[in-house]
Amino acid sequence: MMDATTLSGEAIAAGSLAPARRRLSWLMLSPAVGLLAVWAFVPLAMTLVYSFRRYNLLYPERNGFVGIRNYEYLLSDPSFWTAILNTLVLVLGVLAVTIVLGTVFSLLLNQNFPGRAAARLMVIAPFFVLPPVAALIWKNLLFDPLNGFIAWLLHLAGLPAIAWFTHVPMLALMVIVAWEWTPFATLILLTALQSLDPEQLEAARMDGAGPTNRVIYIVLPHLARPAAITIMMESIFLLSIFAEILTTTAGGPGEATTTLTYLIYIRALLNFDIGGASAAGVLAIVLANIVAFFLMRAVARNLEA
Amino acid sequence: MEQTPTQTRLPRALLLAAPLASAILFSAGGGADAATLTIATVNNPDMLIMQKLSPAFTKETGINLNWVVLDENTLRQRVTTDIATKSGTFDIVTIGTFETPQWAKNGWLDPIGDLGASYDMNDIFPSVRAGLSYKGTLYAVPFYAESSMTYYRKDLFQAAGLTMPAQPNYDDIAKFADKLNDPAKGVYGICLRGLPGWGENMAFLTTLVNTFGGAWFNMQWEPQLTSAPWEKAISFYVDLMKRDGPPNATSNGFTENLALFSTGKCGMWIDATVAAGYLYDPSKSKVAADVGVAPAPVAVTPHGAHWLWSWALAIPSTSRQEADAKKFLTWATSKSYIDLVGTTDGWVSAPPGTRESTYKNPDYLKAAPFAPLVEQSILTADPEHPTLPQVPYTGVQFVGIPEFQGIGTTVGQDIAAALAGRTSVSQALADAQASTKRSMTEAGYLQ
Amino acid sequence: MNEQRASLPGTIAAWVVAFLMVFPILWMAITAFKTESEAIAIPPLLLFRPVLSSFAAALAQSGYLHFALNSIIVSLGSTVLAILIAFPAAYAMAFQPGRHTQDLLVWMLSTKMLPPVGVLVPIYLIFRDTGLLDTVEGLVIVDTLMNLPIVVWMLFSFFRDIPRDILEAAHMDGVGPRKQMMHLLLPLASPGIASAALLAIILSWNEAFWSINLTAAHAGTLAAYIARYSAPEGLFWAKLSAASVLAVAPILLFGCLAQRRLVRGLTVGAVK
Repeated sequence: MMDATTLSGEAIAAGSLAPARRRLSWLMLSPAVGLLAVWAFVPLAMTLVYSFRRYNLLYPERNGFVGIRNYEYLLSDPSFWTAILNTLVLVLGVLAVTIVLGTVFSLLLNQNFPGRAAARLMVIAPFFVLPPVAALIWKNLLFDPLNGFIAWLLHLAGLPAIAWFTHVPMLALMVIVAWEWTPFATLILLTALQSLDPEQLEAARMDGAGPTNRVIYIVLPHLARPAAITIMMESIFLLSIFAEILTTTAGGPGEATTTLTYLIYIRALLNFDIGGASAAGVLAIVLANIVAFFLMRAVARNLEA
Repeated sequence: MEQTPTQTRLPRALLLAAPLASAILFSAGGGADAATLTIATVNNPDMLIMQKLSPAFTKETGINLNWVVLDENTLRQRVTTDIATKSGTFDIVTIGTFETPQWAKNGWLDPIGDLGASYDMNDIFPSVRAGLSYKGTLYAVPFYAESSMTYYRKDLFQAAGLTMPAQPNYDDIAKFADKLNDPAKGVYGICLRGLPGWGENMAFLTTLVNTFGGAWFNMQWEPQLTSAPWEKAISFYVDLMKRDGPPNATSNGFTENLALFSTGKCGMWIDATVAAGYLYDPSKSKVAADVGVAPAPVAVTPHGAHWLWSWALAIPSTSRQEADAKKFLTWATSKSYIDLVGTTDGWVSAPPGTRESTYKNPDYLKAAPFAPLVEQSILTADPEHPTLPQVPYTGVQFVGIPEFQGIGTTVGQDIAAALAGRTSVSQALADAQASTKRSMTEAGYLQ
Repeated sequence: MNEQRASLPGTIAAWVVAFLMVFPILWMAITAFKTESEAIAIPPLLLFRPVLSSFAAALAQSGYLHFALNSIIVSLGSTVLAILIAFPAAYAMAFQPGRHTQDLLVWMLSTKMLPPVGVLVPIYLIFRDTGLLDTVEGLVIVDTLMNLPIVVWMLFSFFRDIPRDILEAAHMDGVGPRKQMMHLLLPLASPGIASAALLAIILSWNEAFWSINLTAAHAGTLAAYIARYSAPEGLFWAKLSAASVLAVAPILLFGCLAQRRLVRGLTVGAVK
C-alpha cells in the first residue's frame, strides 16, 4: 500500500495508475470536488426549477409551473440583448485596457530606479480597495462635475467639466473597473518579466537589437502566457461586476451600463421576480460556460505546453 | 532579494492564525440573548439620531438592541428577501408607505393594535395613518413623514427682483429659473432629481405628471406614458433642466441635490420637506439664513402635486419577540421621544410630519419656521385620489403595486436617457410605454 | 541583480504612473482629515488644518471593531479551510493526473462564473433552513467555496513546477510518501501556499455581495459597515472618506507587507 502510493515519475508519464493509487487520488480530490459540486449544483438545480415556475417573492399566493414562459419573456426583451452587448463591451474593454496598461506598467516598474519597491506598492494598492469604496470615491471625490478633483483639473486647463455618468457612462465605469484590475495584471506581468533570463536580453543586445526590438521580439512573446492567464482570471471577476454599477449609474442612463449581471439584479431584487431572474441566471451560466469553454481550453492548453 | 526573512516567516504566522481564527469563529456564533431585538433601518440622519439615543430605551426596559443600518436600496432588498422567505432575522424593520399596505396584504406584518392611552394614536396625522394601513388596520407606526415643497433662495430672488407667489405654478418656476441661472457664478436656476429610480427621479416626476393632468394607468391598467400630459410634463422637465439645471443631473438624487442646495449652488429646488431641517440648520447649511419655502408648484390641477411618504417601523410576523418589539415601536414614535430629540439634538432636528402635537409645540415652531407649510402639505396630500383622471391605484408619487419598483426604475432610466440627451423625450416615453406594457402583461394585469 | 540603472525618462514615467494609480487612495485619505465643507471646496484644499472629527463620526456607534473583527475572522477562516481542502486536491491533480484532470480544473474555475445575484434566493433559503443566516460560519463557508477554485488552481500550478527529480531521488532513497509530503513537498510548496492564501484573504476581504445579503447584526463584515455610509443625507464626503480609510486600511497594510510573496505565488504557473 505504502509503496503503491509512492510518487513515481514513470507512472505519471505513463498516465496509467494502479487501482489503489487511483483510489487514493480520488480520495484526495473528493473533498474539493464534492464541495464544489454541491456549491455549484444545488443552487443551480434550484435555479433551474425556479426558471420554469411563476415565482415572485411579493406574490406568495401565485405559484405554478409555467413552462418556458420566463425564457420567452426574457429573450423577447430588447434590454436582454442590450445587456449582453454591454457585458461584452465592459469585459473586453477592461481586459484590453488592463493588459495594455499592465504591460506598460510592468515594463516601467521592472526598471532599476530609485524607490522602485515603493512605486510598485503604489501601483498595486488599488487591488486592495473594496469595490463599493472604489466606486464611491471615484463617483464623488474625483468624477463629480462641480466639486470633483478632475473637474478642477479640467477647469485649470480651461476646459469645461465633464458630466461623466451622464455623457460617457460606460467609459466612466470602465475607468473605475480598469483602475481596480490594472494592478492585478501589472502584478502578474511584472513577475513574469522578472523571470526573464537576463542573458537572453544581453545576447540580443550584443547582436545589435535596439531597445524597441528587444521588447517586441523577446519581452512581449515571453509575456504571452501570463497575459493569457491574467485574461482568464480577470474575466471570471469582470463578468460578475455589480457593486460598481449599482453605486455609480444604477445601469443607466437608459440602459447604457446595464450588464447581464445587473439585469438579473433588477429582476431578482427590484421586481423580486425569482422565476424571471432564474431564467436570466440560467442563460448567464450558459453564456459564461461558452466563454469558459473557449477561453479556458485555450489557456489550459497553454498551461500544459 | 526575493528571500528576505519576513517572507519565510509568513506561512508560519498563517499556521498560527488558523487555530486562533477557528477558536473565535465558534465562539462568535453563540445564540442571541432573549431580550435582544434586531432592528433594520435606513441611514437617514433621523434614524441615526434614533440609534444614538436608543441606550436610553435599553436603560429603561433592559431590552438590548442590535442595529443593522443600510442605505435605502440595500435595506429594501435585504429586508424584502428576509421577510418574503419568512427567515425571521429582524424583529423590527423600517419600511415606507409603499411597502406597508402590500406586505400587510401578504400577511407579513403584525397589526400594531393598541399602544396605550399615553401614546395618543389620534395625535398622528390621519393621512399618514391612512398611508400605513391596510383595510383600515394600522400595520406600521410613522417615525417621520414628509411631503414635497419648493425651496428657494430669498437673497437671489431679491437680487433678481423676483417674488415667490403664495402658490407658484410651473410656468412661474420656469421663468424664475431662467432669471436665476448663472453658471459662471456657480448658481444653477433649479435643481431637480435626475438619478433614475422609482424612489428618486420618478417620485418627483410622478407628482409633475399628476399636476399636468396625467396618470400612470387608466382604469383598465393600461399604461398612459405616451399620453399628452406625460409628453408635456417630461418635455417641460427635460427642457428646464437642460437650460437651467446643474451638469450631471442624472447622477443627482435627493442626497446630491441637498448637498448642492446647502452649498449655495441652486436657485430653487423642489423636493422632500424633510430637507428643511437640514437647510435651516446653520451648522450644516451655508444658506440657512436665505432659504425660503413655498408649496410644491402646480400646473393644470392641484391633484397629486405634492407627495406623501413616511418611514415607519413595523414588526414582521416572523418575529418571536413581538411584545418587546412593540415596546420599542412605542418608545421611538412617542411624544416623549420627540421631546427627547428636541432637548438633546435641537428642535430643528425633531422627527417631523407625524404628530399634531409637534406642530403645536412653540419650541418646534420657533426653531422650524417652515413647519406650518409642512403640516399643510402633509395634510393635503391625498394618496387615495392622486390624479385628475380616475385611477385603479393609490399612492401619490408611486403606484401601490409590487411591480412598480421595477417599472418605476426602468421608466426612470428611460427618462434619464432623455435628460442625458441620448434620446428624445417622445422616444424615451415610447420605450417606457412598451416596457411597462410588457411588465403589466407579464404580471397578469393586461391580457 | 545585474540590471542597468534606468534612464531618467524611464524613472520619471514609472513614478508618474505610480502616483496616478495611488492618487485616488491618497486623495481619499487626505479628504478623511478635512471637515465636510473643506472636502467639497473648489479649488481643492491641499493645505488645511487636519481634523479627526470624521473619524470620530465613523467610529461612533457604528461598531467598527465588530465589523473589522468579522472581516478578519471570515477572511482568515475561509482561507485556512480553502487551503486545507485544496492542498490534497491540487496534489493529486499535479502528481497523479488522470485523463480528466484538465477538464476538472476547467470545471472548477467555471463554477465561479455563476453570478451571485442570480442565486441569492436559493442560497438564502438553504441558509435559512440550516440556521447559517447571519453567522460567521455561514460566511466562512461561502467564501471558502468561492475561493476554492482559485486556490486549487494556484496550488496546482505551483506543484507542477516542483522539480520531479527531487521527489524521484527521495523515492529511490526509500523515503515514504508521507515523509515526502511533509519534509520535501511542504517546504518546497510553502511560498506557493502562502501566496495562494494571501490572494484568498484579499478576495474574501473584498467580497461585498454575500457579506451584506447573508448577514444582519452579528456577522456583517466591513463591506456591510461601509453600506451605511453610501448615501446618507447632506454632505458626506469627509465621513465617507474616513469610513473608507478605516475599511481599507487593514487589508492595504497587510497587502503591502505581503506584496512580494503575493507576486511570486500568483505567477508561478504563469511564468515558467
